[in-house]
Amino acid sequence: MAAQGLHRVSITGIGIVSCLGNDLETVGTALREGRSGLVIDPQRTELGFRSPLTGQINNFDPKILSRKQRKSMPDFAVWAYASARDALDLAGLSAAAIENEQTGLIYGCDSSCIAAVEQVDALLQRGETKGIGSGQIFRSMTSTVTMNLNTLLKTKGACWSLSSACSSGGHAIGQAADLIRLGRQERVICGGAQEINWQSMCSFDGLGAFSTRVDDPATACRPFDADRDGLVPSGGAATVVLERYDLAEQRGATILGELLGYGFSSDGEQLSVPSEDGLSRAMQSALQQSGLAANEIDYLCAHATSTPAGDAAEAGNIRRVFGAKTPRISALKALTGHELWMSGAAQVVYTTIMAQQGFTTASYNFERSDEGTAGLNILRETDSKPPGKVLCNSAGFGGTNSSLVIAFN
Amino acid sequence: MTEAEVIELIDSSLAEEFELDRADMGPTANLYEDLGLDSLDTVDMVIVLEGAFEFKIREEEAVRAIRTLDDIHRFVLAKIEQES
Repeated sequence: MAAQGLHRVSITGIGIVSCLGNDLETVGTALREGRSGLVIDPQRTELGFRSPLTGQINNFDPKILSRKQRKSMPDFAVWAYASARDALDLAGLSAAAIENEQTGLIYGCDSSCIAAVEQVDALLQRGETKGIGSGQIFRSMTSTVTMNLNTLLKTKGACWSLSSACSSGGHAIGQAADLIRLGRQERVICGGAQEINWQSMCSFDGLGAFSTRVDDPATACRPFDADRDGLVPSGGAATVVLERYDLAEQRGATILGELLGYGFSSDGEQLSVPSEDGLSRAMQSALQQSGLAANEIDYLCAHATSTPAGDAAEAGNIRRVFGAKTPRISALKALTGHELWMSGAAQVVYTTIMAQQGFTTASYNFERSDEGTAGLNILRETDSKPPGKVLCNSAGFGGTNSSLVIAFN
Repeated sequence: MTEAEVIELIDSSLAEEFELDRADMGPTANLYEDLGLDSLDTVDMVIVLEGAFEFKIREEEAVRAIRTLDDIHRFVLAKIEQES
């Protein structure tokens, strides 16, 4: 037990299916070399989207599960299963080790749009509800990831999905850590998953929040850069295995990192414009729980999505916490696009990959700051020094903020 | 369509939908105990049969009573005869 009778929380497994790749080596290479996962989807232009830019999952084989198993799963739930399987393998946790009440599942997910569309189409086409099929109800719920993983992995503890827009994945990991810290779970398989289909993105595109820099998809997403013009929607699934530190040590697991702190806050202001202090309160809270001072953080993995207002607000919040001397900062969405519900969890996986593989990814496409994003120590080139003490931010529509402090050394 | 063709169409359609091994699909095979289907699968079984034979299945009680592949064969053959 740590101070105040609370347990320490270790990271023992990670897994990911993203537009940068479907395994840790491929994703690590993309992060190190600055390889973008963003493409043009011509269908979006034909359909009347403002922006055809999107992340894309390539070379993923859904037949890791049977057709019957997949009947109740949208594609992103299958991605979540693949990432969970890889994370559990890395953690060295067997099926028998997780089929118990001390193992939980918490994923961030805030939509399952495609299934809702398909079930309505099926009804209209067939003229009776029994023609919709048995899988659509389970595919269409926002808890589809955790309910399906629970039946596949046979865990018997916590099992729910958490919805908080683009901070869903961050809060899912934070809440999972809190359950372990409080002694209510010994390990939690947690993360985030995000669909990527055009149906789920059309109304967001209509807000004018997406980049329209279509000439070169790899440079379209420009977090903190003066010429940023919007985000690029993306998706996938990310899983982190969190485990009570003492139990992980006892079983001889390789400890990849320690989750030292989780802070949350909400703005209580506007739907789509982040507040001046909301994210800073989450960062302060995470730092406080971690026991670290702000100047002990050596890398900040920013939420920055490349929207003009959002990046400026995050920059202001970072300056509010760190003052004139910020840690090294990069925004990985330059390469991945905005993985929305998944993004807060993906950041934990990406930073763990960097720590494991020995580098810190640059903030690609950043050339110069503007008045709003000035004063940050933005990493312009990939650094051979890996992240040590890290702060990961995520923020969502409505002003819901998550910050996680992780120690890799 | 001969009776043998009807039975073959039923078995091949179900084998594809539920990824069943044809070797396990003898007429006495129990859908639930031997072939691993569950109550949700019967919803999709009805859709598969409706699609394969282009009829509508309204006999919900009769469907609920189905236990073996042979029950399905006899149900579909009777329905085809009834509709002709």
